[in-house]
Amino acid sequence: MALSMKIQASSLIAGQRRVRPMTGRRAVVIKAALELKAPPYALDALEPHMSKQTLEFHWGKHHRAYVDNMNKQIAGTPLDGKSLEEVVLASWNGGSPTPVFNNAAQVWNHTFFWESMKPNGGGAPTGKLAEAIARDFGSFDKFKEEFKAAGLTQFGSGWAWLNADNSGKLSLSKTPNAVTPVVEGKTPILTVDVWEHAYYIDVQNRRPDYLTTFIEKLINWDVVAERYAAAQK
Amino acid sequence: MLARGLLASARENFNALPRMSRLLSTVKLPDLPYDYGALEPYISGQIMELHHSKHHAAYVANLNKALEQQAEAEAKGDVSKIITLQGAIKFNGGGHINHDIFWTNLVPPKDFEPPTGELEALIKAQWKSLDNFISTFNAQTAAVQGSGWGWLGYNKGTGRLEIIAMPNQDPLSITGLVPLLGVDVWEHAYYLQYKNVRPDYLKAIWNVVNWKNVADRLAAAKK
Repeated sequence: MALSMKIQASSLIAGQRRVRPMTGRRAVVIKAALELKAPPYALDALEPHMSKQTLEFHWGKHHRAYVDNMNKQIAGTPLDGKSLEEVVLASWNGGSPTPVFNNAAQVWNHTFFWESMKPNGGGAPTGKLAEAIARDFGSFDKFKEEFKAAGLTQFGSGWAWLNADNSGKLSLSKTPNAVTPVVEGKTPILTVDVWEHAYYIDVQNRRPDYLTTFIEKLINWDVVAERYAAAQK
Repeated sequence: MLARGLLASARENFNALPRMSRLLSTVKLPDLPYDYGALEPYISGQIMELHHSKHHAAYVANLNKALEQQAEAEAKGDVSKIITLQGAIKFNGGGHINHDIFWTNLVPPKDFEPPTGELEALIKAQWKSLDNFISTFNAQTAAVQGSGWGWLGYNKGTGRLEIIAMPNQDPLSITGLVPLLGVDVWEHAYYLQYKNVRPDYLKAIWNVVNWKNVADRLAAAKK
């Protein structure tokens, strides 16, 4: 099922709300649960580079579980009814994250990840972003090498990120588990998931192959460029 | 001038001495004590083969590479380089240690025997029953964030068993506890068979735990 969704240029992704119906005669305070957002393409659309089966599990089970578990955790608490970004930042708790963070940040990270990819992706960036990559990494090839190295040297579960500051300077980072650069005051513009569940069905232990395929065949450079422009506003 | 010449010559002679090079022992990938398919249906042959011949093998190869680089850095006196290698040594070294223990902690289901003797007594004393121990262990281990291991360890100081989870490939030994039984909950340990349902893997694995090996490790720890 192809969804046409406006790609969010900003690095802030708003969770959509589903309002529970009022029941009973007493006035009920309506709290809305945050929803699982679908990728902006069908689950088989990234084949053969990322299989439908991977998307079915990765989005349909893992991402969905993060959303469901987060909603269970925040129901009836002061975080109930807040936006996803607010929940992520609040649960980060200044570096001593609460159990909510493990789920909320993963909800955010995965949506950001799906939107970083597209069918027939890859290739190369153009314009201002391409110039910045050449300036800050030396060349596009060097960027690709370093981005891949970041993904490979995140020992254990985590993510590799390309970030931009508000002057347009680019930097790479890697984070463990659910941690996201947003809580470190950075503005990510691209990410790749290196939890094993992201690639195990398709390439098993071969994380290097997964990263090469992601870089060469999946990155949505249009979205990355939009996020890059937005980072400088 | 004469003194400087003597000093220079002394230095030259010193540098010409054979370096006390570190005895580089190469870590080896151990063989499994059973065939890849021997733990079915609880852990698939496909998983066992990948887990041993790819994942564990990579930890061994990368540990050896890092140790070799460390030896070279030591020979050059490059302390900065030595420091940058510690992450890779901890990760790959821990990966090797953990999996080395893990293979011996497992046994084909046809050879499974429940714990007896002192081990059984200790488990019952601390957790009331084997079932209660297992559910406690599984609850803690399922809750590992990201990649890691659940461990049953022995505390030499208190003489008690402890359940403790470790992140990534951090070996239990760094806590001072003696590792008796480890359960790998990195996704590579179960994903192809159990997908995201880690609790199902944790229920299944108790059918192939080698309690004799756990008891042997406990006995050795008490020596």
